Amino acid sequence: MSRHSPPARRKRTTWLSELGLGLVALIWLLPYLWMGLTSLKPLAEIIGAPTALWPRAPSLAAYREVFRALPIARYFVNTSVMALSIATLQIALALPAGYALAKLRFRGKKLAFALVLSTLLVPAQVRFVPVFSLLAQAGLVNTLSALILPFGVSALGTFLIRQALLNVPDAQIEAARIDGASELYIIYRLLAPLLRPTLVSFFLFSFISHWNDYFWPLVLTTDDHARTLPLAIALLREQGTGVRWHIVMAGNVLLSVPALAVFAFAQKHLLRAVALRGYGA
Amino acid sequence: MKPSRRADPYWLLLPTFLFLFVFFLFPLGVLVRESFFAWDLLTPPRYVGFGNYRALWRSGELLHTFLTTLSISTAVVLGSMAAGLGLALLLDRPGRFPAFVRAAVFSAYVISWVSVALLFLWLLDADAGALSGIWRTLSGARAPNWLGSPQLAPWAIAGVTIWKITGYALVLFLAGLQDIPSSILEAAELDGASPRARFLGITWPLLRPTALFVTTTSFIASFQLFDVVRVMTQGGPVRSTTVFVYAIYEQLFLDLRVGRASAEAVVFFGLLLLLTCAQFLLFRGEEAA
Repeated sequence: MSRHSPPARRKRTTWLSELGLGLVALIWLLPYLWMGLTSLKPLAEIIGAPTALWPRAPSLAAYREVFRALPIARYFVNTSVMALSIATLQIALALPAGYALAKLRFRGKKLAFALVLSTLLVPAQVRFVPVFSLLAQAGLVNTLSALILPFGVSALGTFLIRQALLNVPDAQIEAARIDGASELYIIYRLLAPLLRPTLVSFFLFSFISHWNDYFWPLVLTTDDHARTLPLAIALLREQGTGVRWHIVMAGNVLLSVPALAVFAFAQKHLLRAVALRGYGA
Repeated sequence: MKPSRRADPYWLLLPTFLFLFVFFLFPLGVLVRESFFAWDLLTPPRYVGFGNYRALWRSGELLHTFLTTLSISTAVVLGSMAAGLGLALLLDRPGRFPAFVRAAVFSAYVISWVSVALLFLWLLDADAGALSGIWRTLSGARAPNWLGSPQLAPWAIAGVTIWKITGYALVLFLAGLQDIPSSILEAAELDGASPRARFLGITWPLLRPTALFVTTTSFIASFQLFDVVRVMTQGGPVRSTTVFVYAIYEQLFLDLRVGRASAEAVVFFGLLLLLTCAQFLLFRGEEAA
């Protein structure tokens, strides 16, 4: 494109824009670096020279303190079980629903599709008041079920799977039917592998969103039993840690590293999920 | 396709609709019902008609919450759109460095709100925060107390949110830019169109649907802001950052007023519906144009 510009000018603009991009990257990366550095400082350095760049005597004391103060392993298991269950349940339910909506002719199909999409209009931030009072009366507050079941259906997941199934030729499904395959076999054994890229993208997207979720666990848990990691790390600050920022930042590293790791290994899938969402919703 | 048995589609949809009923439709009905009662979860509910709505309106709480949410959301949308579009234009080229910068910006969208809120709570700390330190070095004066002042706190919340969600706008704008055939831009360049003219005449008109989508979705999302407020300011100082979801949360869990919280949630839901309708109409207009 720019091969028609004069070479000298082009070189200067490239150099300048690289520098600008470098600055942009710093705006987003320096806070992480600062989080990591703070978590390695001993308390004396946090109080004494809070804005000193490098820890003079780096130590893992803050991490030990986090593990001592909180049952981190339990929160980690809770959070993983919750996020994995939600993502799995959403896909398990969205596959048959998406199949019916994409491939089968039946009365009320348009209405059914509209109803599924309408749940996009009712976010957790609206549902929590009645769901909380209902679950409180049913004695289900503080259980993992209260964190998982309300997210069992994902309108976005159903929509994405339906769209992907529209591209699968009917002939393939008819051939399987002639071979005597049941509908459930067709959905889970024949079609699901064909949709692999969509399913992986959606699974990761859903997993990360719920791993990160703070709102719902905050509203529906009051003790350790079902508490999740984001909640526990936020509590770390509220529970009178005062100026002990190295401990809060150590907790924050433990909370954000898993999400960043998934991102590093599956960047393409997550970007795809966001772009799909862009075309979807 | 014809289903093999007539009932098949209904069976296949049944689980989805069970969940939909139990966790969406039924709660919505309960929400509206509870908004007409005064209830503290302990003593029996008492019917009060529109009393909850009237109280919210008369105390000025509803209007205040609405304006706070509106101004923070507007700042967030303008900021993240401008940053996302600007960065997308700079990053729309192959190479490892642009890919790296894109990943760096997008990573903030991937980590949790709690992480971001705690991180900036520390960076913005009035005494020991790194950003306050930089401010002191550059201006020689004491850094303002970002989160302690009712004038600054809403903008600090908006700034942190922009940092978090710019990656979302960036990724969608990049996808939009990559859909523009480079042959059109090259032809315009050969005809002597300046970069500015190329942007205004070709790139921007073709990006408009993307821009509209990013604007409306980020606006609806920032209307639902909560985590960052809960962790950083708890709605304060002097309620200057009490956005809708935080106000509802406060009614329910700090004041134990289920009815009042429900009424506020109903109003909030109505506003979200209005925003979604506006989005829908805007898109229809865009397609017709």
